[in-house]
Amino acid sequence: MKSLFTFFSALLIAVPALAQEVAPDVLVKTVTNEVLEIVRKDKEIQSGNTKKAIDLVEVKVLPHFNFTRMTQLAVARDWRQASAAQQKILTDEFHVLLVRTYAKALTEYKNQTIDFKPFVLKAGETDVRVRTEIKQAGAGKNIELDYYLEKSGAAWKVYDIEVGGISIVTNYRDSFASEVRNNGLDGLIKSLQTKNKSGEATSVKK
Amino acid sequence: MVARSSQQVSEKRMKTALPARIKSVTVVMVAVGLLAGCATSGNPKDPIEGFNRAMFAFNEGLDSMIIKPVATGYDAVLPVPIRIGVTNFFSNIEDLFIGVNNLLQGKVPEAFSDLGRVAINITVGLLGVIDWASDAGLEKHEEDFGQTFGRWGVGNGAYVVIPVFGPRTARDTVGLVLDVAADPVANHKPVRTRDVALVLRVVNDRADLLPADKVVDEAALDKYSYMRDAYLQRRRNLIHDGNPPREIEADAEQADRPVTAEAETLDPRAEVVPVAPVLVAHTEPAEKK
Repeated sequence: MKSLFTFFSALLIAVPALAQEVAPDVLVKTVTNEVLEIVRKDKEIQSGNTKKAIDLVEVKVLPHFNFTRMTQLAVARDWRQASAAQQKILTDEFHVLLVRTYAKALTEYKNQTIDFKPFVLKAGETDVRVRTEIKQAGAGKNIELDYYLEKSGAAWKVYDIEVGGISIVTNYRDSFASEVRNNGLDGLIKSLQTKNKSGEATSVKK
Repeated sequence: MVARSSQQVSEKRMKTALPARIKSVTVVMVAVGLLAGCATSGNPKDPIEGFNRAMFAFNEGLDSMIIKPVATGYDAVLPVPIRIGVTNFFSNIEDLFIGVNNLLQGKVPEAFSDLGRVAINITVGLLGVIDWASDAGLEKHEEDFGQTFGRWGVGNGAYVVIPVFGPRTARDTVGLVLDVAADPVANHKPVRTRDVALVLRVVNDRADLLPADKVVDEAALDKYSYMRDAYLQRRRNLIHDGNPPREIEADAEQADRPVTAEAETLDPRAEVVPVAPVLVAHTEPAEKK
């Protein structure tokens, strides 16, 4: 009886510990391979079915993203002037925009392979860069693809992605800032909504 | 006599008509651009935004009417191995120039690696058509004179969109002049082969970029500023060979910080914002990883 109790309590401790053990580089590698595996087999995504690609991204990739943090980084200084409601809408709209961009990139997939660079997690680190490289199967240069992850609670979450040194998050910073300067935070929200709606007509309904 | 001279004049006019028209179009464009340039959105990195937007529109037009259709056809017609061969051929020529720039930046091991690449690819790789050097572990680099100046500590200067060539900064514009002057392809003789090679290179480079188009269209709220900021980030990254100092964290902390009385009186949006990026632009390139 006592040993059974010990066994179960050991299980209880072991399960969260296991969840915690997924290192950031392993996470990136697992998710990347999983997604590419699906895209390789899916002729519809390859021929440009953005709706399907979006579903794939939503299910497989998004749980590992911290969208609030991403939006905060893109909106930068204006973020703290936003009300909680505005922050929520901004995050939702930015989410849609990034997912659509990511999905679009997946539909352009043409047999590239991903090279995972060596990665060492130092003790106590909570903010890391995991480097990968897209190797072109056809013509064209290889592209560096870096993921920035932050440890929040037990899990690592991606808060920035750099493509060839260009952050897909902070690249919006200047245009967002000038939009806020000219039309306020609501103006920025409106232009994000307009952009997302324009895409819906051709590709998806969320 | 009179008839003849008028004929001569009209002949002369015919001869100069085309260049003159191009010239006047350019003058008008520049004038419009400069006028519009007075009304900028106040981004300190982009003081001549009106002019740049006009040039950007011109380049986009040129691309969508001529370069992109040709590149699309080229991509559709040529088999992949030949496309790769063309890319490698120009890439090999470029490696020589990249090696020189690495040397100028004091990166001697990289420079030797670049020259090693040329040596391998020009011989075993059949004049550069096959990239054996990459397989042998000699990494391909990307360098130019603009980056060399950046490495030496020269700041970006103003962002400027150049007709045909596209986005540059003031520093990279000077770099571009040297890039062209030192370009083995542009200096090749006879001129006819050179011209064919230059056109082929433009078309091939553009074809390599075709997949990126749709993604940018999907991502950008305003394509002009999206491309501008992407260019500036990319250059910053290249100058630091992929390891630029992180800008993101400082800003994030600023965004995170609770509003204090001090921050309120300073009004960071009005005062700090226009200054900070300029400082970054001037101080960033010097330090080494």
